[in-house]
Amino acid sequence: MELLNTIPWMLIASSVAKTLFLIFLVVLPIVSYTVYAERRVSALIQDRLGPNRTGFPISLFGFKKDLQLFLGGLGQPVADAVKFLLKEEFTPAHVNKFYFWLAPVLAMVPALSTLAVLPFGNYLFGQKMVVADVNVGILYVFAIASIGVYGIVLAGWSSNSKYPFLGGIRASSQMISYELSLGLSAVPVLMIIGNLNLSDAIQYQIDNGWLLLPFTDGKLTLREFLLWIPVLISFIVFTISMFAETNRLPFDLPESETELVAGYHTEYSAMKFALFFLGEYAAMIAGSSIIVVLFLGGWHVPLLPINTLESSMTPGGIALGFLHITAFFAKVIGILIFFIWVRWTLPRFRFDQLMKLGWLYLFEIALVNIFITAGIIALVK
Amino acid sequence: MAYTVRRPNLTFWEKIYLPNIIAGLAITFKHLKKMLKGETHVVMQYPEEKWDAHLPEYYRGAPTLVKDEHGRERCVSCQLCEFICPPRAIKITPGSIPSESKFAKVEKFPEAFDIDMSRCIYCGLCEEVCPEQAIFLRKDYAVTGESRADMVHHKEKLYELGGTMPDLVHKWNPEK
Amino acid sequence: MSPILFWIFAALMLAFGVSVVVNRDPVASALSLVASFLCLAALFVGLDAFFIGVIQVLVYAGAVMVLFLFIIMLLDLKAEKRRHFNKLALAGGALVTAGFVAGLVRVLSLYPAGNQPFPPLGVAKLDDVRQVGMTLFSNFNLPFQTVGVLVLVASVGVIVLSRRELK
Repeated sequence: MELLNTIPWMLIASSVAKTLFLIFLVVLPIVSYTVYAERRVSALIQDRLGPNRTGFPISLFGFKKDLQLFLGGLGQPVADAVKFLLKEEFTPAHVNKFYFWLAPVLAMVPALSTLAVLPFGNYLFGQKMVVADVNVGILYVFAIASIGVYGIVLAGWSSNSKYPFLGGIRASSQMISYELSLGLSAVPVLMIIGNLNLSDAIQYQIDNGWLLLPFTDGKLTLREFLLWIPVLISFIVFTISMFAETNRLPFDLPESETELVAGYHTEYSAMKFALFFLGEYAAMIAGSSIIVVLFLGGWHVPLLPINTLESSMTPGGIALGFLHITAFFAKVIGILIFFIWVRWTLPRFRFDQLMKLGWLYLFEIALVNIFITAGIIALVK
Repeated sequence: MAYTVRRPNLTFWEKIYLPNIIAGLAITFKHLKKMLKGETHVVMQYPEEKWDAHLPEYYRGAPTLVKDEHGRERCVSCQLCEFICPPRAIKITPGSIPSESKFAKVEKFPEAFDIDMSRCIYCGLCEEVCPEQAIFLRKDYAVTGESRADMVHHKEKLYELGGTMPDLVHKWNPEK
Repeated sequence: MSPILFWIFAALMLAFGVSVVVNRDPVASALSLVASFLCLAALFVGLDAFFIGVIQVLVYAGAVMVLFLFIIMLLDLKAEKRRHFNKLALAGGALVTAGFVAGLVRVLSLYPAGNQPFPPLGVAKLDDVRQVGMTLFSNFNLPFQTVGVLVLVASVGVIVLSRRELK
């Protein structure tokens, strides 16, 4: 009994509430509609239409026609999810059963746990809209992202067949290589902010303008202008590395269909495959959120008032809090659309080109960029 | 002989690759924009829009049987199509024409003529081999059914799809 | 940190640690080690030492063990055969372990600071990254740079050694 009293129940309750809100009401819907957006945008880019028929099947409940919202096809993610749930859960005989079942879980969990440190909104109901406001936020993200390799490697290895194995090997070498440039390209930003805490990163950008658009606070000093150059370089390197980390085209070598059937998840079916799929898109969302937090001001909207702890309980404050959360995820969705747009524009790299790009160019650029930033910070006050 | 491919000399901007990426993104965005504005119309929305009016003359759709201008079944049940059919989709049961009929000279007619459309490969060999020009591949392509039995086209269905085709074969015409 | 969480993670860490040694399948051993590292990181986080905890995950679980696993999978090591234990060696091992544990207990009980709980930290959130950085680059700058050079020499040496085989 005494032990139970040591547990801060309020903290746990609010954290659980925030986690459930973030995962089930925000991220998973965004994931499923990102898949839909992927199909629609790719279709539009290729002069096709994409899935535009599936409505919400309310005709099952006695209505005359299925509900078609303005775009059409918006019921597609629901149909996809039902399909994944109802498909046969097939485990091939030659696989290493335990790890074969473990791998999809390991692919999904890190992607979702990254969300824990994301400040996805300002104060709301007297709560700061971040699950865990730790002072090593960005390092935590990188640490969890590096755990994400295990799912893919184990999937490739436990499938006991050549294409998944090749996919797993490619995935691990690619992710290890690009983790370096990812981390190094974030360093200049952290040097400018002077802190690893992601909430502080947003606070800095509220005070001094978004890092990528330094004029959002209404003024542009010489220092901000000079720092804008390394920030831009760092943004480009960070984004490219993020593409590689999330195995998106042009870096989708671990699952390149033309060479490896489907890469590391060739042997997977039904919900186990869906977990890989969702994990990949959740990682995309986590990555885009990091880009938004570090470079695009997080939930901040210029010219909009900012909630304090006290004002967040008033009706106006609640509306403002939700507005900030919406602003954050609107920015994230913008980045996601950019991800999709790039995917359907660029062809895939060859593996040696990928390694060359990671180790010979991005790594060096990120390293030099740190020194440029340090110089500017030291010389220009 | 070994042949060395000359690599093109790239300029600095081509080497850093980013301008070309942006150019590529611009191209795809142009397509996206045109689609959104409804300026490109490449895809047909199938059940609402159909290609039927533009089907070429040589289009090979579902095989059908035809009658001549006197309402006579052109098929004489020679079974050549049954023998030539690569997937063996055609099954004919021949029957004799009674001697009191005005077409008694023809001797035979198909009592049953079944084409299993789930096997048909639309090759058109039946049409080619038919000595009586009785079987034709028409422009019907939406052949559907809810069971395997539904997918078999019986004689009535085949004549319904085929209709009449006059003035092709005259040897069986009744003497005037 | 809640004592419940401490006991859970400590027990898990030890359990996975035992499973590293006991497991005969190298992949299972490696993964147990990863899990053990993660529980250790959780213990660090429980002590509000976020930086150490995260570095533990980033470096050991995320980088070193991935390479380990990579090598194990590439070499396709099979599970070890169950072999007969030499009774004498087993007894010897147990003796050494018991002696080590006894020594540890003795030292810890003699060390006065080890017997009392430390007062909680004055500030809720330590800026530990800054503090580690400041200490590293001011007081221990020379050792730090030396270690850096040492690692550089080691990696150059590895490359030279591996290149020589190719001749």
